[in-house]
Amino acid sequence: MSKPFATVVEPKTSLNNKTGSWRTVRPEYVHRLPPCNVTCPAGENIQQWLSLAQEGKFFEAWQEMVKNNPFPATMGRVCYHTCEKVCNRGQYDGSVNINLIERSIGDMAIAKGWSFEKSNAHSDKKVLIVGSGPSGLTAAYFLKKFGYNVDLFESHKYLGGMMRYGVPKYRLPRHVLDAEIKRIQDSGVNIICNKKVENLKDELVNYDAVYLAIGASVASSVNIDVESKAIVMSAIDLFQKMEDDSNDLPNLGKSVVVYGGGNTAIDAARTALRLGAEDVKIVYRRTINNMPAHETEIQDALSEGIEILCLRTISSINGKKVILDKMDYDEENGILSRSGKNEMIVADSVIFAIGQAVECSFLQGIEGISVSEKGLIDVDNCMMTGLKGVFAGGDAILGKRTVTHAIGYGKKAAKCIDAFLQGRDYVPNSKNEVANFKKLNTEYYKKDERKEVSRLGNLDFEEKDVSYSNNEIIQEAMRCFSCGNCFHCDNCYSYCPDNAIIKHEDGTLEINYDYCKGCGICASECPCGAIKMTV
Amino acid sequence: MSSLTMGNRFGQNTSVQSSSNRPNTLTSGHRACQGCGEGLAARCAIDAAFTAAKGKIAVVNATGCLEVVSCSFPDNSWNVPWIHSLFGNTAAVASGVAAAFKNKGQTDVRVIAQGGDGGTTDIGMGCLSGMFDRNDDVLYICYDNQAYMNTGVQRSSATPALARTATTMPNSQYNGSDPETGKNVPDIAMAHGIPYVAVASVGNIHDLERKVAKAINIRGAKYIQIHCPCPLGWGFPTAETIRIARLALKSGMYPLFEAENGVLVGSTPIEDQIPVEEYLRVQKRFAHLFGKNAMPEDIGILQKIANRNIEKYRLGGM
Repeated sequence: MSKPFATVVEPKTSLNNKTGSWRTVRPEYVHRLPPCNVTCPAGENIQQWLSLAQEGKFFEAWQEMVKNNPFPATMGRVCYHTCEKVCNRGQYDGSVNINLIERSIGDMAIAKGWSFEKSNAHSDKKVLIVGSGPSGLTAAYFLKKFGYNVDLFESHKYLGGMMRYGVPKYRLPRHVLDAEIKRIQDSGVNIICNKKVENLKDELVNYDAVYLAIGASVASSVNIDVESKAIVMSAIDLFQKMEDDSNDLPNLGKSVVVYGGGNTAIDAARTALRLGAEDVKIVYRRTINNMPAHETEIQDALSEGIEILCLRTISSINGKKVILDKMDYDEENGILSRSGKNEMIVADSVIFAIGQAVECSFLQGIEGISVSEKGLIDVDNCMMTGLKGVFAGGDAILGKRTVTHAIGYGKKAAKCIDAFLQGRDYVPNSKNEVANFKKLNTEYYKKDERKEVSRLGNLDFEEKDVSYSNNEIIQEAMRCFSCGNCFHCDNCYSYCPDNAIIKHEDGTLEINYDYCKGCGICASECPCGAIKMTV
Repeated sequence: MSSLTMGNRFGQNTSVQSSSNRPNTLTSGHRACQGCGEGLAARCAIDAAFTAAKGKIAVVNATGCLEVVSCSFPDNSWNVPWIHSLFGNTAAVASGVAAAFKNKGQTDVRVIAQGGDGGTTDIGMGCLSGMFDRNDDVLYICYDNQAYMNTGVQRSSATPALARTATTMPNSQYNGSDPETGKNVPDIAMAHGIPYVAVASVGNIHDLERKVAKAINIRGAKYIQIHCPCPLGWGFPTAETIRIARLALKSGMYPLFEAENGVLVGSTPIEDQIPVEEYLRVQKRFAHLFGKNAMPEDIGILQKIANRNIEKYRLGGM
């Protein structure tokens, strides 16, 4: 018997050695909430539509926008884009120009005539919406989508509420607004203009639910001595006159004083310039840093030559003389007091933009509906008033007053009404953890400056065309960090020293816990914070 | 996505590692420590070589961490023809393998020799120099984790100045590895005038893959040295391997360059240079430089080394 020269053992593979048993912490793919989405008052999934825009899928991006907001082109103009303020890229090389991308894609949708996806939901129940502002129209859009029969009453001649009567044309051209409203109308909402609800009780008989989106459309009153030959009016009356009677624009004279520090004051001042005034001053009681108006609006007003007189209140108007009280402001404690000094300026007209109130006298005496001391309709967490089936939202309730917030209220109201009509409680979706800057690994993002475009146009009522080209949309969308959600960069898969991440043919990734030793390199090198190490 | 990631959805400038059908020449189940930079570097390098040579490669492996973790009898992690040599004779064995393939007319098979810094810069130096001298058709890859990690973190001639190892413990007389010692093997390789010499890092996989792919198709002797952070030996959390490698690059402590026929032909510029302190502070092997007995000039010694690298290898731009 011949003996072998040496013992031969067939080699085996190390795949037999399941190194996953070494692991003490495990990586998991997670979805974290990007800051932009968290802060969006309309609850848009901004990151998702930016991701679609990156691929040039503009129609799909637009569809993603209108899942939460039926007014992309409008929002792309008048939204104060809190998303950009919190964009993590802002801490790196400038936030993504989300607002302009939204506008560009919104405009594309109008130009190409894109319409909403038809909803197959159907219900026999009827809902009445009072008011066609952003909140009312948004609620109508969603309720129609959920399958309800929706009637919408508007007391004015035209639709749009504050989007029309509160935002000047040069910021929001009416053809854009009309196109976006028409799209909602076309989806089957029954809209009746010039119809004021006088007696809510009568209407309640015909409807299963009512949404009061009546806005805050009357100017707040002030206690100022006016003995004047000057034109004295509220900003809201000025805007309404210009809308309803656009052939006969008011003449405000050469010098105009606007009283107030909010966005409406800025709008009124810039409108006055466009109506031919040469000397426009804004009078505001606190400092410029305290102005509630949006920073870019203030900057635009200043660059158009508007003067802002801070720390002053109007004490009286006599003839063309406007007497101002100079104020002292204790920044630390927020206490405002008269300094005792006066100042006189001259004005052909004085425009008040010091706030708007809710016209809710028609609700008086209706059992269950209560109005607060501030003149706002009281609602519960589900936006329902004390009267079952009657909901309220938008500027008419306590909360922030911007178009975007109104859209958010409209969406929430629709969801609450839907839940109410189905006899269940409205439960908001649970929120994931926020992907803040610390959770990112920015080493992997190439520095690439934000493409800024000035929206400042001529001193007329035409809007400046600033929309991005298709290529520019893609370029700017590409700057999105995709905070908190995998964008398929394959870093985890490439860096795993143990080959313990499986990349499927379609690009999806899966952790192979048979071999993952739990080193954590995948989580550290994930640019966007989409991997979490858990015990 | 304007990013520098391994792959992307748009298929632009993607790495071999990001491909769903990368060869995985070093497969799962190997026994490298958690977060091992060397295991990662080896898979990246050999995958890149495998792809560039269309699968026709043969690998000779020196004794060391990489060999120990990848072939514990009877298991083996290599999906390529692979042979284990002794600690010091890898270059010689690879020369022999290359000669054999040449003799059989199989010059399309590309031969790779690989080992750690100990097996390369100390024990295998003689055989390596011989391989360079004869200009044998071998790509030698040195995975530089800057000490003998497998046997318990003893100093090698690639250990950086002032680093603590088991044999260079800081005490009243010594302050880590003596700054007067050590050798620069890429320079030694260049001095041989061989066709290609390059330095790479796991902190820049795109660059690493490009250099390996370039080298594998060059005839003659090639040398690539790859910086491989070692969580255990250097003392940092296992998740930080790539970050540490990146800090080494950014500080100038590990210069990336390539040379052809003994002449520097390219280097990877540093965009935002960071002080060496940022690289040192996060590693326990340099902890004594920041302790209460630390000498302020110690950091300066290392900063000088980094600055010299930047100047010598033109990391400020060619």
